[in-house]
Amino acid sequence: MASSAPIQEDPTAPAPVLGPGQTYTTVTQKISSIITSRTSLGWIVAVALALGLMQCFLLGVTWLLMKGVGVWGLNVPVGWGWAIINFVWWIGIGHAGTLISAILLLMRQDWRNSINRFAEAMTIFAVICAMQFPLLHTGRPWIAAYWLLPYPNSMGVWPQFRSPLIWDVFAVSTYFTVSLIFWYIGLIPDFATLRDKAKKKISRMIYGILSMGWRGSAKHWHNYEMASLLLAGISTPLVLSVHSIVSFDFSVGLVPGWHATIFPPYFVAGAVFAGFAMVLTLALPIRAIYGLHDFITDRHLNNMSKVMLATGLIVAYGYGTEQFYAWYSASPYEGYMMKNRMGGPYSFEYWMLILCNVIVPQFLWIKKVRLTPVALFVIAMFINVGMWLERFIIVVTSLSRDYMPSSWDMYHSTPWDWLLYAGTIGIFLLGMLLFIRVMPVINMFEIRLLVPRKGHGKKTELDAAVASAD
Amino acid sequence: MTMADKIIYGLMAEFEDPDDLLHAAQGAHAAGYRIMDAFSPMPIHDLSESLGYSKHRVPFFVLLGGILGACTGFGFQYWVSAIDYPLNIAGRPFLSWPMFIPVTFEMGILFAALGAALSMLILNGLPQPYHPLFNSKEFESASGDGFFLCIESEDPKFELSETRSFLEGLHAKKVVEVES
Repeated sequence: MASSAPIQEDPTAPAPVLGPGQTYTTVTQKISSIITSRTSLGWIVAVALALGLMQCFLLGVTWLLMKGVGVWGLNVPVGWGWAIINFVWWIGIGHAGTLISAILLLMRQDWRNSINRFAEAMTIFAVICAMQFPLLHTGRPWIAAYWLLPYPNSMGVWPQFRSPLIWDVFAVSTYFTVSLIFWYIGLIPDFATLRDKAKKKISRMIYGILSMGWRGSAKHWHNYEMASLLLAGISTPLVLSVHSIVSFDFSVGLVPGWHATIFPPYFVAGAVFAGFAMVLTLALPIRAIYGLHDFITDRHLNNMSKVMLATGLIVAYGYGTEQFYAWYSASPYEGYMMKNRMGGPYSFEYWMLILCNVIVPQFLWIKKVRLTPVALFVIAMFINVGMWLERFIIVVTSLSRDYMPSSWDMYHSTPWDWLLYAGTIGIFLLGMLLFIRVMPVINMFEIRLLVPRKGHGKKTELDAAVASAD
Repeated sequence: MTMADKIIYGLMAEFEDPDDLLHAAQGAHAAGYRIMDAFSPMPIHDLSESLGYSKHRVPFFVLLGGILGACTGFGFQYWVSAIDYPLNIAGRPFLSWPMFIPVTFEMGILFAALGAALSMLILNGLPQPYHPLFNSKEFESASGDGFFLCIESEDPKFELSETRSFLEGLHAKKVVEVES
């Protein structure tokens, strides 16, 4: 209550998390108007483009299932190509959504309230895209089901529970389910708002069903807040476990460059780094197109940039540790791996990765850059590319030259790799576009908590009224 | 007028802002009203407590879900690896428990999350498509910018005209009857 007033007067204080002059009515109106307004031409064009990209997926999958995984650039030493690179890339992107919705909630960072909803949506669609790759990498997913999922099959065999790959199945499917639950629970009160604002009977019915008859009762909020807090509490170790388990896929193996204890924390930091870059990639255009500057303020850009800078430094430390480990292990294979990364056939990708992930983010030390949307967008794009290259380097350089020079081979992607990757970007964009159109892109009830409360001075008068009523 | 004969669900008072509602709820509870509920477009700190509803039941179900999930996960892996299909690989133990921890952990998290979501919905009686409050036109703003306190007619202390004047005395913007 009282804390919001002095912020305006102190020039050194951080910018407010909510633009001035917003009330409960304007918050509801502004955010729901994105849904209730007429469909814009720009949105239709964007959906058409996303649908077009999605056709690449259809094409890529059809050819893959007809011919087998040989249509990709895979060969014998490099059995994990783009499929695993893209899988890790997408999963990593998803992690920022959970970080924002869960960890920042536990830390009572109220600036997260306006970005958590679409960051969570981003998580869901990113995980959907991620899941396509390991499934398709099996070549025949319908046959692979029996070694992915523990169901009583006619052969009487079970999945190998001692393998990190099966841990992955459990981690990713749990992550997807929990993210979906968390997202939906968060949407229930906002669906109720849309139900009550809807003009057409059909939209009233749909939002009515989705809101489950939410009334905003104090008793409901009582259980609701506890459930949200606990979901945040259990999502936090979950998100850390998911990328740790993804890193086990590598570090449990004995391939040079993979078998390192730094992997779990280094992967988690990389995931958050990539995820925040993707949040900015989405948030900046959404803010500009829908005029949401009062909700996604400079404070948000500043804070997100700082998280990116911090996690970027952890990732850079991870690269440093890999170098150190290659030297300190005194293993000729580890040493050769690092020499090969820096000066071998994939050295261009390695130095591009260092440029994108280590050098470019250093511009975020400058406050002016952190507050300039265009600059921020460019840096976020560099990081998106850089984090993809990081997974490329980890997967391809280690596999293409391991212990036996006689088994070395080069890896080159094929158009089918590109097609499938572009296709998942189409799925992701289409999901996000549909989400923006039919669901509140900003969490309305949490933004209402940021509206300054004015009933402060009335207390004594009301107390008297209460006393006289007794 | 046959207003008094009509069966009503309760009297609903609308308030200007969260603080007025909080005070009204405290006042109504102090005045002895018990069967009532407050409605707001966002959670208000201490509101449910001031209505005499302070017990938290959700955490129990989360803990239960977590324990149940972890036990299911570990037990299933043990059963598969040691009982149903034991594979003797150079005499290594069937119960290689450290390798079972990741799946055990994930199953615990999954069941705990389901426990949180389902217990919240069930304790709140959701989904509930119909509720008498939806009969009132004013109630539409309870999900936008309206703050309401509804004293139900089932409350032993409820008396139409007396309760109405009591609510009006609490600085209500408006007091309406809600049809049953």
